[in-house]
Amino acid sequence: MMSQTNWKLEPSLESAAQIQLQAQYELFIDGKWQKPLSKNYFNSVNPADESHLAKIAWGNAEDVDLAVLAARRAYDTVWSKLSGAERGKYLFRIARLMQEKSKELAILETLDGGKPIRESRDIDIPLACNHFFYYAGWADKLQEAFAGQQVSALGVAGQITPWNFPLLMLAWKVAPALACGNTVVLKPAETTSLTALKFAEICQEAGLPAGVVNIVTGYGDTGAALVAHPDVDKIAFTGSTAVGKQIHKACIGTSKKLTLELGGKSANIILEDAPIDQAVEGVINSIFFNQGHVCCAGSRLFVQESIAERVLEKLKFRLQSIYVGHPLDKNTDIGAINSKKQLETIERYISLGLAEGAEIYQPDCTLPSKGFYCKPTLFTDVAQSARIAQEEVFGPVLTIQTFRTMEEVVQKANNSPYGLAAGVWTDKGARIFGLSQQLKAGVVWANTFNKFDPASPFGGYKESGFGREGGRHGLSAYLKFSN
Amino acid sequence: MLENLSTPELFSLLALSPSIDQIGTQERIARIQARSIKGAAKIQGLRMALSMIDLTTLEGKDTPAKVRQLCFKAQHLHDQAADLPTVAAVCVYPTMVGVAKKALGNSGIKVASVSTAFPSGQAPFEIKKLDTLYALENGADEIDMVVSRGRFLSGDYQFVYDEIAAIKELCSMSRLKVIFETGELDSLDQVRKISDLAIAAGADFIKTSTGKIQPAATFPVVLTMLGAIKDHFDKTGQMIGMKPAGGISSSKLALQHLLLVKEVLGEAWLSNEWYRFGASSLANDLLMQYQKQLTGKYQSAAYFSID
Repeated sequence: MMSQTNWKLEPSLESAAQIQLQAQYELFIDGKWQKPLSKNYFNSVNPADESHLAKIAWGNAEDVDLAVLAARRAYDTVWSKLSGAERGKYLFRIARLMQEKSKELAILETLDGGKPIRESRDIDIPLACNHFFYYAGWADKLQEAFAGQQVSALGVAGQITPWNFPLLMLAWKVAPALACGNTVVLKPAETTSLTALKFAEICQEAGLPAGVVNIVTGYGDTGAALVAHPDVDKIAFTGSTAVGKQIHKACIGTSKKLTLELGGKSANIILEDAPIDQAVEGVINSIFFNQGHVCCAGSRLFVQESIAERVLEKLKFRLQSIYVGHPLDKNTDIGAINSKKQLETIERYISLGLAEGAEIYQPDCTLPSKGFYCKPTLFTDVAQSARIAQEEVFGPVLTIQTFRTMEEVVQKANNSPYGLAAGVWTDKGARIFGLSQQLKAGVVWANTFNKFDPASPFGGYKESGFGREGGRHGLSAYLKFSN
Repeated sequence: MLENLSTPELFSLLALSPSIDQIGTQERIARIQARSIKGAAKIQGLRMALSMIDLTTLEGKDTPAKVRQLCFKAQHLHDQAADLPTVAAVCVYPTMVGVAKKALGNSGIKVASVSTAFPSGQAPFEIKKLDTLYALENGADEIDMVVSRGRFLSGDYQFVYDEIAAIKELCSMSRLKVIFETGELDSLDQVRKISDLAIAAGADFIKTSTGKIQPAATFPVVLTMLGAIKDHFDKTGQMIGMKPAGGISSSKLALQHLLLVKEVLGEAWLSNEWYRFGASSLANDLLMQYQKQLTGKYQSAAYFSID
């Protein structure tokens, strides 16, 4: 009998040659590409190999002012005068163009942000398209969505998106804003501007009236100028809780409507009767999806003591077939950490976990020599009072705690300043309903994790933010209500 | 020798079978199917798959001449290509075992015989026993028995267990594959339960299907069975073989199944000692893809023998 061992997959790189990057990107204001008044540019780097991708305009307060002015003019003269059905047509057109360019968008997203091409191709981009399709359908049905109330657009929406799901978060914000009749000034995260700029091209191609969507790239100061602008009616922010708090303060005493979607330290709970192999797979999806750069990542795992040893054994074995490597490789499961700064943060937390006495497990895999990479990391023997179990790492780092009773796990899961998401793994329907009522989290997934759909609202409790994005609920963030 | 389990012992064993979530199972499979198997890995995989085939003919119209032709193919998959492996075994009805044994000679290719009133298993135990003994006396290296699905579905686990254990006792020199016919079972939970039961009763291999019922070797069913093998190995250190049969007719599917084995069980299972494909038409597609990998060109199907 012949015996075979050592069967290794070969790298299968998606070709980035089909992407035409510009050497320099300008601001997209009033339907045109405009050089920044700041005269400043910053470099965008490919986190997979630290290579330079492009120079990107760094907008200042004056640039933001121009963009808001354009958005206001577009709102007053064109967008607010269109019927919902007409707005819907533009959204459908944008959605279709995004679909047509989905391969290009996926490669761009991966080049710029470091996420595996499998995820940008199969998750980010299709979901982003679906958000436009979904909200296109609502554009002429706003009155029906809120029966008995008169609704109208707010005006100009200032939107600030994070670097973990650049185009998807743009879609979460731009699609409902436009559907509800608002115009938009969007500031993408500085490490991931490219798909937003590609989206601006798509708006042009769709014939969207000038000024309805404006993209002002830059750093935190650009975002702060947008938040502080007096003619902005609404701020929508997704990002860190620290920045969210600053934005919240800046909006107090103004008439700006605000939604914040912030950090999390979500609990993933495995009960002893759970479908154990699928629960283990669910843990992989909950914490290693997008390198753990997910606000709702299930970063705290709670396992019932009777099965804890077995779950850990299975998790460790499963980690052996996780491929960490070049994000453009179709076989990569965990790609590059988004930036050097974020890699340093994650490494600091790993050192902290060790210093706190937790036991660490990392699979034996080799990381590429260039670029920003981090091995998937498990911490066991973690105490509830350990900082590694309390603070958001935003990386592929999982803390594992055990519990004995339902009461104990509910208390531990809720014992966090955050409340974005939770997962429950059990074969008993009654336990799912019982726990999901007691867990203080915006989303509770049962026997699955990190499932998103445009029709389903998403948002947090406590310091994970307020307001909901997605679904019918997502419309109300962009509407004025009167009786 | 295995120690036979009493009914209470058997019930407590089966109570430990974990539940299987259909959606999660499908997601795990989707991850495997998204993998890209190319270049040298593909060539190696295709060769591996060829070497794992139980080349099968199980028809009412089987004749010695037909079986002899199949046995020749088993040893000469495609002599136009140099250095190809042979298949692992030829799988036939008990009446054809003697013919196959003679035709395969000392080629090293095993003769597998279906038995226990294949495919339905609807016969008294004495007949199943004679069926098996006949195959063994004619030189079968491997026995592919079917379980009594009706008894399993009616909850008579002890009956199913005892039957497997009794056939296992006959197979002292031969390896026993136990066929569940998962297309007749109701859920993945049941697939898991019958896997645990068969392994406890002494199965050397567990096998999805007879090939006579659809659906046969679906990915969810195969993954569920691999999970049982993995748990048994982690608990006891004993390896159990896996044989998906029916429905795997393309190279792409075969390679994905191998990758599933690699990720779920580990590379130790990637040999025909522990993994088999029950298939009749798979071999030609593997050969065609293999030639394509070597020459860069697809050859016409007419260049590959149909047996």
